[in-house]
Amino acid sequence: MADTTMPAPAPGAAAAPGAGAGRPPAPILRGLRRVAGIVPFTVYVALGLLIPTVAVAIKAFQNSATGSFTLSNVKAASSGIYFEGFKTDILLSIASAIIPGLIGFMVAYAIFTARRGSVLRRVSITLSGVFANFGGVPLAFLFIATLGSTGIVTGWLTDLGFNLYNHGFTLFTALGVFLVYMYFQIPLMVLIVLPALEGLRPAWREAAENMGARSWHYWRFVGIPVLLPSFLGCVLLLFGSSFSAYATAEAMTNGTIALTPIQIGTFLNGNVIAGQENVGNALALGMVVIIGVIMIAYTLLQRRAARWLR
Amino acid sequence: MAAVADIAHAGTSAPAPRTAARRRERPQAWRWIVLILVGLYFAIPLYAAFKFAGFKAFPKVFGQAGFVQAFTLSLRLALITTIITLVLLVPTTVYVHLRLPGIRRLMESVTILPIVIPPIVLIVGVLEIAPGFLKATPNLLALEYVVLAMPFAYRSLDAGLRALDLKTLVEASSSLGARLPATLWRVILPNLRTAMLSAVVLTVALVLGEFTMASLDLYQTFPVWIVNFEQSSGPVSVAASLLALIVTWIFLMVIATLGGRRTGRTGSAVTLFSVSRQDIGGSE
Repeated sequence: MADTTMPAPAPGAAAAPGAGAGRPPAPILRGLRRVAGIVPFTVYVALGLLIPTVAVAIKAFQNSATGSFTLSNVKAASSGIYFEGFKTDILLSIASAIIPGLIGFMVAYAIFTARRGSVLRRVSITLSGVFANFGGVPLAFLFIATLGSTGIVTGWLTDLGFNLYNHGFTLFTALGVFLVYMYFQIPLMVLIVLPALEGLRPAWREAAENMGARSWHYWRFVGIPVLLPSFLGCVLLLFGSSFSAYATAEAMTNGTIALTPIQIGTFLNGNVIAGQENVGNALALGMVVIIGVIMIAYTLLQRRAARWLR
Repeated sequence: MAAVADIAHAGTSAPAPRTAARRRERPQAWRWIVLILVGLYFAIPLYAAFKFAGFKAFPKVFGQAGFVQAFTLSLRLALITTIITLVLLVPTTVYVHLRLPGIRRLMESVTILPIVIPPIVLIVGVLEIAPGFLKATPNLLALEYVVLAMPFAYRSLDAGLRALDLKTLVEASSSLGARLPATLWRVILPNLRTAMLSAVVLTVALVLGEFTMASLDLYQTFPVWIVNFEQSSGPVSVAASLLALIVTWIFLMVIATLGGRRTGRTGSAVTLFSVSRQDIGGSE
C-alpha cells in the first residue's frame, strides 16, 4: 500500500516542504492577520475601560502626598463609615437585584409571549430602554411627588385611614431607596433577560404538551431548569447596577444613608481631609473587587446557560 | 341545546381540548395582570409629577437659560456616541462571528464589564489618565459613553448575527464575486438592520439619561442641567424631567417603528434562518 501510493503524492510531498520552508513566519503572520480584525476594539476597550480601572487601583496603594506605596488607604476604606457604606450598599443591592429580577422576568415573559412586532412589544421594549436609563434627581422628584410626605399616594393612603408617615415610613431610608431603584431595575431586567427568553424554543413547550404536561410541569421540568442560569446571571447584573448607582442614590439620600458610590463622589468633589485623597481610589478599588467576585460567578453561570441556549 | 350540552360535557370529560382552551385563556389573563400592576407602578409617579408640575410649567422649560445649549450638547453626544459605537462594534462583531467564533464567549465577558465596573470608578480613572486636550472637550464623554453602551449594543448585534446564517451568506456572496467589504455593506448590514436599530435605540437612551459621568466631568448635559436648574424652580424642573422622558421615548418609538416597518419583510427571513439552523443542530 505504502509502496504504491508513495510515487503518486511525490510532487505534493515535494511542494509541502517548500511551503513549509516559507512557512515559519506564516502561522504567526496568519495568526496576526486573524486577530487584526479585533485590534481596534481591543485598543478601545484597553484605553476606555482597562487603563482607567488600573489607574484607580494603582492610586489606591499610593500615599497621596508622596506617591510612595502604602496600605493605609485600603485600611481606611475598609473600616468605620466606609465599611458601613459597603455593607449597606451590598444589602440594598441584594434586595434590589432579586425582587426587581423576579418582577422583570414576569414582565419580560409577558412581552415575550405577545406577538412579534406587536404594538405591546414595541411599546414595552422602548419604554424599558427609556426607564432603564432613568435616574438621578428627576427620578427622585417622581417619587417625592408620589410617596413623599405630601405625595399623592401618601394622600390616598391617608384618606383610606393609613398614614404611612405615622408608621415610621420615609422615602429617605433604605426601604424608600429600594422602592425607587425598582423603577430602573425592572426595565433593565426586561432588557437583559429578553434575549435569554428568545432561546426558549416553542418546540420544547409543544413537546412537553404532547407528552401531557401541564403549564406547571413545563415550567418545573423544562422552563426553570433551562432559564435558571441566565436568570441568575441577569440578577447578578442587576446587583452590579444597583451597587454602582450614583445619581439616584445621591438625589435620594442627602447623606442620610451611607452608600459607597456617594462616598466616592464626595472625594471627587474635593470634600476631603488632607492626606486622605486616595481613600476614594481605595473605595473604588473595593467596588471593583466586589464586582469582580460577582463577575466570576456570572461567567460560571453563563457557561452553564450556554450549554442549552446555543 | 341538548347537543350543545353534550358537546360541552364531552369537552369536560376529554382532557386534551379542555387544557388547550384553558392554556389559551390563562396566559392572557396572567399577562394582563402583571402588565397592569407593573404599569401602575410606573404610571402613578409620572402622574404625580405631572400634577405637581402643572400644565403651565411645560412651555416655560424652553425659555430657560441654558436649556438649548444643554439639549444640543446631549443630542451631539448621542450622535457621536452612536456613530463610534456602530463603526467600532459592527465590523468587530461580524469579524468575530466569521473568523474567530472561538472568542465569542470572551467577547461576551469583556463587553459586560462596563455594566459591572461602576461608572463612578471609570470616571475617576478616566479623569486621572485622560490627556488635557481631551479633558477640555465634552467629546471625552462621548468616548466613554461608547464604553458604557457596549454591553447593550454588543448584545443586540451578537443576537442579530446569531440569527443569521452568516457563513452561507458570505459564501454565497463571495461565489458571486463580491469582496468582503462589499459583502459587509450590501449583504450583512441590510440583514442586521433590526439588530443595529436596537443597538442605536439603547445607546441613544443611555446617552440622553446619563448623569454620573457628565456631572463629575463638569459638563452641562441635559440631565445635569435639570439638576443644576432645580434649585431655582421646582415645577419647571419637574416639567423638564418629564419632557426629557417623553421626548426620549417618542424618539425611540420613531426609530423602532421606522426600522420595524422597513425590516418587516426580512424579519420573517431571519426567523426562518434561525429555525433552519436549529434544526440542523446549531453547531457552535
